[in-house]
Amino acid sequence: MDMQATPPIELRRFSDRIGFVTLTRKEVRRFMAVLGQTVTAPVITALLYLLVFAQAMAGRASAYPGVSYTEFLVPGLVMMAVIQNAFANSASSLIQSKVMGNLVFLMMAPLGPLEWFGAYVAAALLRAALVAAAMLAVVTPFVHLPVRAPLALFAMFLLAGGSLAVLGIIAGIVSQKFDHIAAFTNFFIMPLSFLSGVFYSVHSLPPLWFHASRFNPFFYMIDGFRYGFFGQSDVSILASLLWSAGFLVAVSAVCLWMLASGYKLRR
Amino acid sequence: MNDSRALSPAIEISGLCKRYGTVEALKGVSFAIQRGEFFGLLGPNGAGKSTLINIVAGLVRQDQGRVAVLGYDTVKDWRRARRAIGVVPQELVFDPFFTVEQVLEIQAGYYGCGREVRPWIEQLIERLDLGGKRRASMRALSGGQKRRVMLAQALVHRPPVVILDEPTAGVDVELRRSLWRFMRELHDEGTTVVLTTHYLDEAQDLCSRIAIIDRGAVRVIESTEQLLARHPFRFLRLKLADGAQLPDALRPLVTGHKNGALELKLERDRHPIGAVFAALKSAGVDIEDVHTREPDLEDIFVELTAARVPAVQQG
Repeated sequence: MDMQATPPIELRRFSDRIGFVTLTRKEVRRFMAVLGQTVTAPVITALLYLLVFAQAMAGRASAYPGVSYTEFLVPGLVMMAVIQNAFANSASSLIQSKVMGNLVFLMMAPLGPLEWFGAYVAAALLRAALVAAAMLAVVTPFVHLPVRAPLALFAMFLLAGGSLAVLGIIAGIVSQKFDHIAAFTNFFIMPLSFLSGVFYSVHSLPPLWFHASRFNPFFYMIDGFRYGFFGQSDVSILASLLWSAGFLVAVSAVCLWMLASGYKLRR
Repeated sequence: MNDSRALSPAIEISGLCKRYGTVEALKGVSFAIQRGEFFGLLGPNGAGKSTLINIVAGLVRQDQGRVAVLGYDTVKDWRRARRAIGVVPQELVFDPFFTVEQVLEIQAGYYGCGREVRPWIEQLIERLDLGGKRRASMRALSGGQKRRVMLAQALVHRPPVVILDEPTAGVDVELRRSLWRFMRELHDEGTTVVLTTHYLDEAQDLCSRIAIIDRGAVRVIESTEQLLARHPFRFLRLKLADGAQLPDALRPLVTGHKNGALELKLERDRHPIGAVFAALKSAGVDIEDVHTREPDLEDIFVELTAARVPAVQQG
């Protein structure tokens, strides 16, 4: 038998980093290849919401002193778009790869759970940032938006976008077909994002719904993001930051466990 | 470098078990594939080949047992084990968002390879006759071209061990031959090649050693020559004259009918050809045509997988 000496397999110092950067770039290229669908369409949808609600609720009293209803509405709509698009990016990429079968090429590669996690979250955050930036760029000439707490604004974007990107990975891992992702979106993401104070202040709700809203993590994401613009919010910014950070830690722990254990992936 | 690892087999499988619900896909499989081998892994559908390959590739987790690639445990030292191996999956799968060149660069990046791998990617593109398609979208390729890209994807990080899971399934004759040529070149360059195929002539021509797996266990693992010499029988095809009948004594030897001829399976010791002709002569049977055939891998495969051959364990 032909016994051959093979050089030892060296793990180069930055090989993990190259793998992570490659996967991130691939994920970014994937959504950039269908930019009309992944960025333009959600921006148009959010702007239509703004147009309709701003017109319909024009006479409504503002939630905060010195902030018009339209101004109040914009941060909530931007954060809703961030939530939905960060989720959609990770979830749709994973389910497409699963259904097409090409996920095997990633699964066979020497990429660990942290690289998977980091790459999908980074790509989803970039898409969410593009959607948010495009929305703000379009509305800024018409709606005055101060930025009273930029750090809080940025932190809330990262925490919310990150959490939903991670939820998208979880949904992608658990789902076996596009229908499952649609169920996640329609029965979890959409209702929670609509009932999170995008269109109203939770103080205007009846007591039951007011208290129910306090258990909706998306409420804190939107409220904290709004604080970043106006320096005013329904609950304290600390509560929003803590709730959002706690939610991110919880979903990340579940997601990393799934990736490390091969849950539903390596059966 | 650890000396024991330097000489460790290309793939070492020990006590591998995998169960899906009530189905035992692998029942304690153990064997080793040495470095530099061209190894054939054969078995009928559902035998456990794909489960075995998927465990080696890290796509499926074993319930029990151990797999090591070049001495690297696929669970404990999974990064090195995966760097050491390239697998061409059985299903035709591709990423529709990218071009051929992009797909190969992405795959190389997953393995930590940077710009230095570009010349090798170029070489793969040329050698696999994909030069004209390098900037074509994956969805625009024919089935054969997609399969060649999959082969390039498995090789893009220059793995010393390559597993090809039915690489020629559903491809035309010309492509099949070009893939054979490529696999031989790969092997000549020092790569350990493991091939699963349903084309037994392919395994017979290419592989130096063959394992036949059935019902989750290895039935036989031998060099191709040993396997072919293993069964001391040959086939005799007889075309009898119109109206002639085979003598009753020879009827139990008949294994088939083809184009009006009868095929008899003869054990070399018990049924010498001379005795068959003597029996025909004494019965007054006229023969129109005679043809003998040595058993090929297909005959041995059918015999081994049809019979309940006890499983073998090899270290």
